[in-house]
Amino acid sequence: MMIPAFLKPFEAMASAELGGHKNLVIIQLSGGNDGLNTIVPYGNDIYYQKRTTIAVGKNDVVKLDDMQGLNPNLSALKEIYDQGWMGIINSVGYPNPDRSHFRSMDIWQTASESNQFLTTGWIGRYLDSNCAVCKNPYTAIEVDDTLSLAMKGAKMKGIAVEDPDKLFQTTREPFFKELVHNHNDANLNEDNLGYLYKTMAETYSSAEYIQQTSKTYTVKGDYPATPFANQLKTVSKFINSGLETHVYYVSLSGFDTHVAQQPQQGRQLKIYGDAVAAFIKDLKQTGKLDDTLVMTFSEFGRRVEQNASNGTDHGTANNILLFGGKLKKAGIYNDAPDLVQLDNGDLKYTVDFRDVYATLLDKWLDVSNSVVLGKEFGRMKFI
Amino acid sequence: MDNLRQIKHLYARAGFGLRFDEINAARNLDISQALTGLFKSSENYQPLDIITGDAGYTTMLRGDKAERKQFMQLQRRQERSLNEAWMERMSNTDAVLREKMTLFWHNHFACRTRQAQFAQQLNNIQREHALGNFRELVLEVSRSPAMLQFLNNQQNRKGHPNENFARELMELFTIGRGNYTEQDVKESARAFTGWGFNKDGKFAMRSFLHDDGEKRFLGKTGNLTGEDIIDRLLGQKQTAVFISTKLYKYLVNETPDAGHIAAMADVFYRNNYEIKPLLQFVFTAPWFYGEQNVGNIVKSPVELLVGLNRQFYVNYQRPEIMLQFQKVLGQVLFYPPNVAGWPGGRNWIDSSSLMYRLKIPSIILNGGVIDFKGKADPEEEAYIAASHNQQQFVNARIQAQADWDKLLKSIPPGTSKNNIAAFILQPPVSKVLATELGRAADIKTALIQSVSTPEYQLC
Repeated sequence: MMIPAFLKPFEAMASAELGGHKNLVIIQLSGGNDGLNTIVPYGNDIYYQKRTTIAVGKNDVVKLDDMQGLNPNLSALKEIYDQGWMGIINSVGYPNPDRSHFRSMDIWQTASESNQFLTTGWIGRYLDSNCAVCKNPYTAIEVDDTLSLAMKGAKMKGIAVEDPDKLFQTTREPFFKELVHNHNDANLNEDNLGYLYKTMAETYSSAEYIQQTSKTYTVKGDYPATPFANQLKTVSKFINSGLETHVYYVSLSGFDTHVAQQPQQGRQLKIYGDAVAAFIKDLKQTGKLDDTLVMTFSEFGRRVEQNASNGTDHGTANNILLFGGKLKKAGIYNDAPDLVQLDNGDLKYTVDFRDVYATLLDKWLDVSNSVVLGKEFGRMKFI
Repeated sequence: MDNLRQIKHLYARAGFGLRFDEINAARNLDISQALTGLFKSSENYQPLDIITGDAGYTTMLRGDKAERKQFMQLQRRQERSLNEAWMERMSNTDAVLREKMTLFWHNHFACRTRQAQFAQQLNNIQREHALGNFRELVLEVSRSPAMLQFLNNQQNRKGHPNENFARELMELFTIGRGNYTEQDVKESARAFTGWGFNKDGKFAMRSFLHDDGEKRFLGKTGNLTGEDIIDRLLGQKQTAVFISTKLYKYLVNETPDAGHIAAMADVFYRNNYEIKPLLQFVFTAPWFYGEQNVGNIVKSPVELLVGLNRQFYVNYQRPEIMLQFQKVLGQVLFYPPNVAGWPGGRNWIDSSSLMYRLKIPSIILNGGVIDFKGKADPEEEAYIAASHNQQQFVNARIQAQADWDKLLKSIPPGTSKNNIAAFILQPPVSKVLATELGRAADIKTALIQSVSTPEYQLC
C-alpha cells in the first residue's frame, strides 16, 4: 500500500536542518488582567488616589525603576529582569476598544479592527502565508486540549497537544489506524470528505512525530507544581527535543477580578511569575533562551479607578510582557501609562498591539507582516 | 438517485437526519409528500419556557459579596438549563424543520447576553418566526432586549447616537457589506434612537430619546423610523440575495452557486420575504438532489450531537455533559464567537476537534469516560476568578444510554451491515469501511464504527 508523503515526516526530517531555530511562545492571560496592579506605577500618586484599597503599597512593590515595579507576587521575575531577559511594553491597545471579554479576545486573536469580524487567527494566517517552515500542523502547537481561533488559518491550522502520549494513543486506535492507512482515494479529493481524511492523516502523522521526538528529551529544570507551569514544562520539552515547531500557545485563566481583586489576582500572578521564571531559567540552562521569545498579553486592562467591591472593571490599554535572551531593548520599553489624560476613565493606548505582532512576524518569524495582518504595521525595536 | 436516498438527503438537511424507524414510512413517500409531512410536524410553535424569571440582577448590584456569588451561580445554572432545554428539544421534537431553522436564525442573528430569560426570549422569537415572515422576524429581533442590549441600542439616543445596532443590521442581518454607505449607517442609527427595553424585559419606544428629524437613507428622505429603515432594506432585492446566499450555504452547499441563489432570491422577494415558500422551492429544486450537493456539508457540532441523539435515542442522566461536548467541539449554543456567528464549514475542523468528533459518538454510545475539558468561555472568567476554580479536571463518566433494543428492532430484518452503514452515512460507503464492517462482530459494532468515521461528520 502506498503511503502518502505527509505520513512520513521522519524521512522528511532527516534532510531538514536540525539546528536551532527561533521559537515564539505566546501566553494568554484570560479575563482581562489588571496591568496597573501587575506592573505597578508606584511613582505616580494618582495611582494611589484612584485605588484607595487595592493599590500595591510602595514598600511592597518590587521596584524596577523610580516609576514602575512588579507586583510582589511576581518577585520571581526580578532576577530575570535584572539579567536583561524581560521587557515591558506599556499602554498597548487598539482604536475604539471593546470592553467585552469575548469580543476583545476575538480582536486580539484575529488581529482585526474593532468593527471587523475575521474567521481566521493571526498565527493561523502566518501558517497560511506559505512561509518556508509552515508545512505541517505542528509548526504551531497549542499546549491545551482544544485549539484557539488565533491558531486557525483558512488553509492551515495549528495543533492542540496537551499531552503528546495521550494524543498519540488517541490516534492509534485500531479502527482509526485502518481508515488512515488504507484510505487513499478520498485523500486526493478537494471536497470536504477529502479534507477530513487529509486532516486525519496529518493528525495521525503529527501525533507520531511529536510523541517520538519529544520523548527523547527529559526536562531537567525545576518547575512549580501548577497546571500552568506544567504546560510551560511541556513547551520546554518540545523546544529542547528539537521539535520543528515555531510557535507555541499557552493560556492561563482567572483574571476577571471585579470583586476582592487582591488575593485573586495575586494568586494568579504568582502562578504566572513562578512558572515563567522557571521556564526562562530552564531555557537558559539548555542554551535555548537566545532562540526563544515569550510574549504575554491579556484581552484588555482594567479601569484606572477601582470599583466599590475592591475590584476593577473592564478597561482598555494594557501592558505586554516579553522574555527572551536576545531582547534588543530589555527593561521598560516606553513611558509608564498616563494616568491623567484618560479616555472616559480608561487608559489611552500608545502602541497598537498589531505593531507588536508585526514586529514579531517580520523580525522573529521572518514573514512580511502585511501578508498576515492585511496591511502594513509599524516595526518596533524590542528585537 | 433512488427515492430513499433522496428522502434521506431531505431529512439530513431539513432536519437532523432520518431514523431507522422512519425508513418504512419514508420509502413510500415522494419528495412533495415528505416535505408536506415536514411542514406539518413543524406547524405549531412551542416556546422554550425553562427560564421563568431573571437571576435578580438588580438585587445583586446592591448586594454584598455572598449575594453576588449566589447571583453568579444562579446565572450559570440558568444558562446551563437553557442550553440543555434546547438540546433536549432538538433531540426529541417532531418539529425538526422548525428547530433546524431556529438554529439557522440563532446563528444569523447571533447574540450574547448573560441574562438567560433574554436569551430564551430571543430564541423563542427565532423559533416562532423560523418558518414565517422574515420582515416580522427582523422587527421582533430588533425589539428584543437581548439584541438591544448586545448591540448597545439602549445607549442610542438623540444627539448621542450609538451606531452599533444600525451597522450590524445592515452588514450582517439584511443587505450585507458594500451595499450602503457610512452615511447610511449614521442616518439609520438616528432612526433607531429611543428603541430600548424596560426593567420588565419588554420593548419600550422611549420617544423622548428619539430623533425625529429628517434623515436620508438609501436614497429616501423623511422623518424615518426604525420600521421605515427595515422596510427600506427589505425593499432592496439585495437583502433577498444576501439571506438566500446564507441559507444556500446552510442547506445546500458551502460553495455558493450564483444561478441557484438568484432563483431563490426571486422566490423570496416575490413572496414578500415569506420563508416557507423559499424553503419549499429549495427542497423541491432538482439541483438540491444533485450528487454534488449530497453528503458534503460539515455538520456543526450541535447538528452532530443532535443527529446522534435522535438516531440512537440517547438518554442522558447528566445532560450537562452535552455542554462539555459543545465546548470541546467549538460551538456552545447562545455563545457565538461574535455577532457574525460561527463561520461553519471547514472552520469546524482542526486536528483536535476532528479527533473529538471521531471519538465522542462511540464514547456516548458506550457510556465511556471523557478526559478532556475544553476552554472556558471568556465570559466565564469572572466566575473562575471568584470561585478559585482553576478548571482542575477530573475524568467523568458520560452516564448516557442509547436505546439499542428499540434501534435494533427498527432495522428491517436481514439488512446487511453495509446497508446499515449506507443508511446512517450520507456519503457513499468506501471500500475500506466496507472491509472493516465485514470484520465487525455484530450490528451494534458496525453501527458504532459507522458513526466513528469522517463520513459521519458530513450531512
